[in-house]
Amino acid sequence: MLEGILIGLSTAFSGFNLALVAAGCLIGTLIGMLPGLGPMSIIAIMIPIAITIGDPASALILLAGVYYGAIFGGSTSSILINAPGVASTVATSFDGYPLARSGHAGKALTVAAIASFAGGTIGAILLMIFAPMLSTVALLFHSAEYFALMVLGLSAVAAFGGKGNVAKALLMTLLGLIMATVGEAALFNAARFTGGLMDLQSGFGFITLAMAMFALPEALFLVLDPGRSSRSDTGGSKIGKLRISAAEGREIAPVIGRQSLQGFLIGVLPGAGATIASFLGYAVERNLATKEEQEMFGKGSLKGLAAPEAANNAACSGSFVPLLTLGIPGSGTTAILLGALLSLNVSPGPRLMIDEPDIFWSVIISMYLGNLILLLLNLPLIPYIAKLLAIPRNYLIPFILFFTLMGSYIGQNNPTELLILVGLGIAATAFRLADYPLAPLLIGFILGRMLEDNFARAMQIYDGPSFLWERPMTIGLLVLAVLLIFLPSYRQWRAQVKIKKAQERYDR
Amino acid sequence: MVKVRALGILAMAAALVCSGVSNPVQAAAVEQMQDRIHFLVPGGAGGGWDGGARGVGEALVKSGLLGNASFENMSGGGGGKAMVYMIDNARSNHGTLMINSTPMIIRGLTGEVKQTFRDMTPVASMLGDYAALVVHKTSPMNTFQDFLAAYKANPTKVAVGGGSVPGGMDHLVASLVLEAAGLDPLSVKYIPYDAGGTAMAALLSGEIQALSTGFSEAIEMAKAEEVKILGVTAKNRLSEYPGQPTFAEQGADMEFVNWRGFFAVPGLPEAELAEYEKILTAVLETPAWEEVRARNGWTTIHHTGADFVQFLEAQENELRELMTELGFL
Repeated sequence: MLEGILIGLSTAFSGFNLALVAAGCLIGTLIGMLPGLGPMSIIAIMIPIAITIGDPASALILLAGVYYGAIFGGSTSSILINAPGVASTVATSFDGYPLARSGHAGKALTVAAIASFAGGTIGAILLMIFAPMLSTVALLFHSAEYFALMVLGLSAVAAFGGKGNVAKALLMTLLGLIMATVGEAALFNAARFTGGLMDLQSGFGFITLAMAMFALPEALFLVLDPGRSSRSDTGGSKIGKLRISAAEGREIAPVIGRQSLQGFLIGVLPGAGATIASFLGYAVERNLATKEEQEMFGKGSLKGLAAPEAANNAACSGSFVPLLTLGIPGSGTTAILLGALLSLNVSPGPRLMIDEPDIFWSVIISMYLGNLILLLLNLPLIPYIAKLLAIPRNYLIPFILFFTLMGSYIGQNNPTELLILVGLGIAATAFRLADYPLAPLLIGFILGRMLEDNFARAMQIYDGPSFLWERPMTIGLLVLAVLLIFLPSYRQWRAQVKIKKAQERYDR
Repeated sequence: MVKVRALGILAMAAALVCSGVSNPVQAAAVEQMQDRIHFLVPGGAGGGWDGGARGVGEALVKSGLLGNASFENMSGGGGGKAMVYMIDNARSNHGTLMINSTPMIIRGLTGEVKQTFRDMTPVASMLGDYAALVVHKTSPMNTFQDFLAAYKANPTKVAVGGGSVPGGMDHLVASLVLEAAGLDPLSVKYIPYDAGGTAMAALLSGEIQALSTGFSEAIEMAKAEEVKILGVTAKNRLSEYPGQPTFAEQGADMEFVNWRGFFAVPGLPEAELAEYEKILTAVLETPAWEEVRARNGWTTIHHTGADFVQFLEAQENELRELMTELGFL
């Protein structure tokens, strides 16, 4: 193994490959910042270029750089303009955007960059040490466990139920779950609830929905409430300080550590991936936080930003485990990477590490490099990127509008998608005016499809619901979900009881 | 300043998305037959249709037969959106070829997509992939006969997975094989997954006992010694993999191929159709095609004109019969 690592090191550190990983990171970041262009489309576009390079190790190094860059770029647009272009950065916008709006854009970007770097690096280290053993972890979960995992993921909506909004948050989650049933499901050969619209046959597009929920209402609000921009709600145009204080560092360090590990393990599972990892990371960290910190979640918590950022990057490293050790793509992005590998005459699987150690190890080592270069590239760029917010909002908003519309059109070339986007955007604006949280809808939508598919699959395999009590791991995950949901309210109840008792004593 | 940068990024992205292949380097010996062809892909970037169109376009340009190839992705409605576009804009799209494949027939039969190949001008099928039935390397089943014995004993104990919906391609292939072996395809316990990759993971994790999948995916996993291939849906053993037995030789006389081919707008003049058929036939003889084909693990499945239409009709009849029997129609 050590010999393999050394071969990998010498391959990855050649001048040409260093240049490639830097170029990949840069291209990925720049294009990834555009809402609508996620890692999958960018990698698909880059594959012909990678193949022309010819050498499989170099090609993969380039693509890995693009992959990380794209995810990092996606976080940037989530934070700055509330337009998550990738499903795995939706959770980033929950706290990243409020931070940017309250004049801490620079700090938010710095935290995101550091959390991403840590998540990716820890993920790569874990991958290097444990990859051969982790292939068994990747196959641990059956449909029953995936179902339980999705239930666990849904507990993230609890974060939006604070201050008498529990009913509203639940309602929006249900709406998201309902919207997820539109279109073809994996389990039936007919499309449901499309209203005869051909464009809804494969369901609502995720990008379209995310744009409609987050970015479009921003633009509409400017029209509805023009005064808001000049009043400059607590300095939305300010970039703020880039540096994070020592206290803040201490606050987010354990979060990053936990979520790098948890995100990595979830990424290893072929049926889960970076999006689930980011939601679960957000949910877990919120429920572990103190009551005062919990209040901040969704309003600009550094913990709430660091958790999904560390988790999604670590999960990306994790998703290479089933790809490299079993030859199984766990996500759309790794499926494209598998295609590229096969085109380069590399067959991933248990034999890759033995037969072609230089490729196996140089990919893993290029992941470190990619993360490091991404950090070095982005930290100095942050002030310039964040200057985007210095543009007066009445000029910035048309830009957001333009990118939003383009994001949902590009890659589909389907004009009806634009009408759906605008329709949903208007509905989302109405919800926001009535003070309904929109994030639970998106969480319900993303998890809904997988929740249903895995539940129905498990029902079919077990000829009934017996998997709910026959599989210990399923029970364990479901119990954990229940605990996560009720732990905060239990703590709150305990605290209230204590206060009451203290008051009674005082009154006496 | 920021505006300029944003526009620059946009232009770069646009250039990448719309990039065509044009490569005059190898154009020495072969005479160019057409200036340009626009390829319409009814699905997103990175999918099977996308890879097929880009691969064929690349081979055409590299061989020097074609001056320039451009590609456009238009997803929606399981490929229906692109077909409607071709039909509605037929007069201005003589220079466009749309790629499609076996699901076009299946979705046409279920009525999911209202348009069928009869609404277009079928030009040529170019490549294809056979299907295969695989089991885990530790499975007690070693041959198709073992599978049949287990299935006869208790069909509910042999869960067969696939990467498509019930009534979709992977399910139909498993049913075709069982029917050809003289068994009742209705009792197959088919477990659908959302993609081939997750279905393969389910096989390796032991959730399902067998997997119906494309041969090119199966052979990669078999080479890595993770799965055993019980049978291939080709008529005769494939020359590149003589060690892989077919179903036909194991008592299930059947053949199935997931083809990928090209369609032009309805009402295309005969002369222009002939041009397309000529260039798509000529490219098969070039080293550029061989390179692209081998790299992607494709099998050449070539039919043009009336022969292609006949091939489509035959597959449609066979699938209609099976889907009616299975209760999907």
